[in-house]
Amino acid sequence: MRDALWLTLIVAILAIGGVAWFALRGGRHLGTPTQRATYEALHTASLAAPALRAGLNQDSAARAVPYLRTLLGARGAALADLGGTLATENVDEEHAALLEAPMRTAMSRGRPQTLAADQHACGDSACPLQAGVVVPIQVDGVVVGALAAMGPASSAGQLRLAGEVAQFVSRHLELAELDRSRRRADQAELRFLRAQISPHFVYNALSTIESFVRTDPERARELLIGFADFTRYSFRSHGQFVTMAEELRLVDTYLDLERARFSDRLSITLRVAPEVLSVVLPSLVLQPLVENAVRHGIEPSERAGKLSIVIADADNEAVVSIEDDGVGADPTYLGRVLSGTSQAPGIGLHNVDERLRAVFGEDHGLTIETAVGAGTRVLMRIPKFHAGVHV
Amino acid sequence: MTEPLVLGAIVAVAVVTAVLGARGVRVARTPADFLVAARRVPPTLNASAICGEYLSAASFLGIAGLALQDGLGALWYAVGYAAGYLVLLAAVAAPLRRFGAYTIPDFAEGRLDSPLLRRAATVMVLVICGFYLLPQLQGAGLTVQEAVGGPSWIGVVVLGVVVVLGIASGGMKGITFVQAFQYWLKLVAIAVPALVLLLLVQHPALTPVHGAAPPVFHKATRVEFPDAESMRVQRAVTVRAVGTVDGIRRDGTLALGPGDHSIGAGTTLSFPAGTPAPTVSSDALLSYRQWESPLVRIGGHVIHPLASTYGVVLATFLGAIGLPHILVRFYTNRDGEAARKTTSVVLLLLACFYVFPAIFALLGRLEAPQLYTSGQTDSVVLVLPRLAAAGTLGVVLSALTAAGAFAAFLSTSSGLLISMAGAVSHDLLGRGVRTFRISAVAAGVVVTLGALVVGGIAINVLVGWAFAIAASSFCPLLLLGIWWPGLTWKGAIWGLALGGGASSLGVILTIAGIGKTGWPAVLLGEPAIWTVPLAFATMVGVSLLTRRDIPRDVTRKLLALHLPERVRLPEVSA
Repeated sequence: MRDALWLTLIVAILAIGGVAWFALRGGRHLGTPTQRATYEALHTASLAAPALRAGLNQDSAARAVPYLRTLLGARGAALADLGGTLATENVDEEHAALLEAPMRTAMSRGRPQTLAADQHACGDSACPLQAGVVVPIQVDGVVVGALAAMGPASSAGQLRLAGEVAQFVSRHLELAELDRSRRRADQAELRFLRAQISPHFVYNALSTIESFVRTDPERARELLIGFADFTRYSFRSHGQFVTMAEELRLVDTYLDLERARFSDRLSITLRVAPEVLSVVLPSLVLQPLVENAVRHGIEPSERAGKLSIVIADADNEAVVSIEDDGVGADPTYLGRVLSGTSQAPGIGLHNVDERLRAVFGEDHGLTIETAVGAGTRVLMRIPKFHAGVHV
Repeated sequence: MTEPLVLGAIVAVAVVTAVLGARGVRVARTPADFLVAARRVPPTLNASAICGEYLSAASFLGIAGLALQDGLGALWYAVGYAAGYLVLLAAVAAPLRRFGAYTIPDFAEGRLDSPLLRRAATVMVLVICGFYLLPQLQGAGLTVQEAVGGPSWIGVVVLGVVVVLGIASGGMKGITFVQAFQYWLKLVAIAVPALVLLLLVQHPALTPVHGAAPPVFHKATRVEFPDAESMRVQRAVTVRAVGTVDGIRRDGTLALGPGDHSIGAGTTLSFPAGTPAPTVSSDALLSYRQWESPLVRIGGHVIHPLASTYGVVLATFLGAIGLPHILVRFYTNRDGEAARKTTSVVLLLLACFYVFPAIFALLGRLEAPQLYTSGQTDSVVLVLPRLAAAGTLGVVLSALTAAGAFAAFLSTSSGLLISMAGAVSHDLLGRGVRTFRISAVAAGVVVTLGALVVGGIAINVLVGWAFAIAASSFCPLLLLGIWWPGLTWKGAIWGLALGGGASSLGVILTIAGIGKTGWPAVLLGEPAIWTVPLAFATMVGVSLLTRRDIPRDVTRKLLALHLPERVRLPEVSA
């Protein structure tokens, strides 16, 4: 009995170990020389890519140049931007200084330069870095830098290869540029979302407060304070991320005002697992969804409405569910809103969905369950930790 | 034997846990409730929850059992289990909370920017949690055996299945309030019986406990053998035997000569008063003086006791930092300061608890020497109340300790299995409820099989190994990651592989029965003494050789770890 158990355990551990090994190693195996060469080249290129995706600067150049040199098959390599040499690999200072001039020429003319052994200024006929090629790097048709490959001699093949590598670098710098502009667009959209909360809501809130001013001045005062808190929070500029607790406080001040407006037409249930209050999420994710439920779900309905906000702890994630029993919506219409093809009332949903997926990855967007007349439930999953997401 | 009250207590714990779990989420309907519902978990409650999850079968049953079997040196485990939180308090709690990492793989990836390191850390999570789960299941086996009788593997299997089903179905979650309740239940369940028994025991042997005398049956004693054992008799004795002795069925008086006798499962032997209690053949018979020695013994034998003691001290002092299922609880704290406060309350709560296993060990030595004879030392907390207190009182106190032991098993193993299933589904298989369930079942099956294999090893020794592996892998990763900017992911991976690998290998070889004497027994059986320095040296050495791999934004990361929350970092312009 004991022996059989040992055997089963060992087999189970080996099987699991095998799976883990496979997952870690990714099933690497050797192939024909051509396959190996292609693999080596692509692998080296993939190692250089992440550095280049950060844009062209001293630091990214220093990290990318060793891989670029391998790709070029050259003895030494150097990378420069318009300001001068950024990083070199296997090139001593003397040669780096000698490279400055041809790099500048390549950048100003926008054409590759060949350095034949007899033209290069070093003059030492045994020098291993006496010849090479310099090719300009262009982003969207504008020269932004130059790449040099050095060796004992220069050849047409080397020039052709350097041209391709420069193309590869350009592609990734273009992607880096794209990343930056997308991030700028996201930030602009967030600012827009902040600005966009107000008109409708500000009007409603102020008229609600106004209705209390005579009948219940104390209540009106409290609501006004809440309103001030709300606007301060939503317009504050610092921090792209907030904790769930902060976001809930905003929802609370918002709902306080809505409660006053709807009085007994709106009943609210909140269930929060205290373990997830520390979860960090992009700011203004929760409140727009709640506002959406009130404005497009409960407000158009004739009956009294129920709104429930449930935030549950699910191991590595917090699961947020915002549900109303209002008028609901046509799923195909909502699909268009989410994909951004229909702009009108669902801008909040679209924006929140976009930002969640931009921050946490494609599988963390909004899930919406709805039908006309059947209410709406919006679900989102927030990871408890995601690299780079920090208050 | 079947004790309906004990069984009832176990069922009651399970039911109360389930009910509390279902009500664990606070509900708010009126505006005034709203902020209450969203209120943070206060440090005291969170500290209780951490203790609830931490005080496992090892603390509840194992320490008393091991101290009874191997002598008071085993109390080093209790000291270490509590003192580990001092290291956690001083070096880890607040920075880790500020960093915002939920699991150790999260921290590894966030601090050193390496997905590969994340996977290596995930594998270590599985190894540590797996080793930690073994003794929990074993403890559950003992507890169920105490309640319904029969061999202990039935309990291991039944409870393995219960916990796996509970987690896979989503019904068992690590809700703070439930875990906090489990701590107080455990404290009451061990403190009340210990204090009542202290009052009850008016024993003449209380005075001459010193000297070279072995434990003696001071009254006529019936010893039950639930599992087959080999028993070593010191002095010829005539007993009444019912069952199998030396392969022959007996029912009547029987003279046993000095030497080893094999006893079949289910046998009962009745010893006359005044005989020295025989022990299980594999354990040494300790005189009182030997028993009192403050150094750690390995299987009751004195093998380089100082080195063994340092091995236990290193493993337990540094191991608590690296327990995957405990660190996730710190995420619930609001900020670094709250994390620190929580840790100091944990220290206090643990210190209160660990007084009582020592009382049980001492009373067990005086009142229940038959546990040496039947090799059931690990169940001393469960059976001592019934052996020492007569009638209903004994049964009630027994039911109480059984309930506490079951709570210990339940809370720790659910936390461990959730950590394992989360690690597998999150990092190895891909997210989703389905993969989480599959992972929970797979992990549960492997560990249950493992628990059946390691059957005969003391609970506390098994837990000590889980600590040794954690101390040789995650402890250096966390300490260096938090306090040393020079750590690189390559250094961390090599450290995890060498430290974690070497300590796991030592433990597996010891379980397989290799190296039972001399230095091999110490170095394999208490591996922390060399694997902890090895892991630290590897991480530092390899990191120094791979300085190019230091993350570029290491300064920003260290700031995130150490800057108090009041000071906000400026936004990075992209």
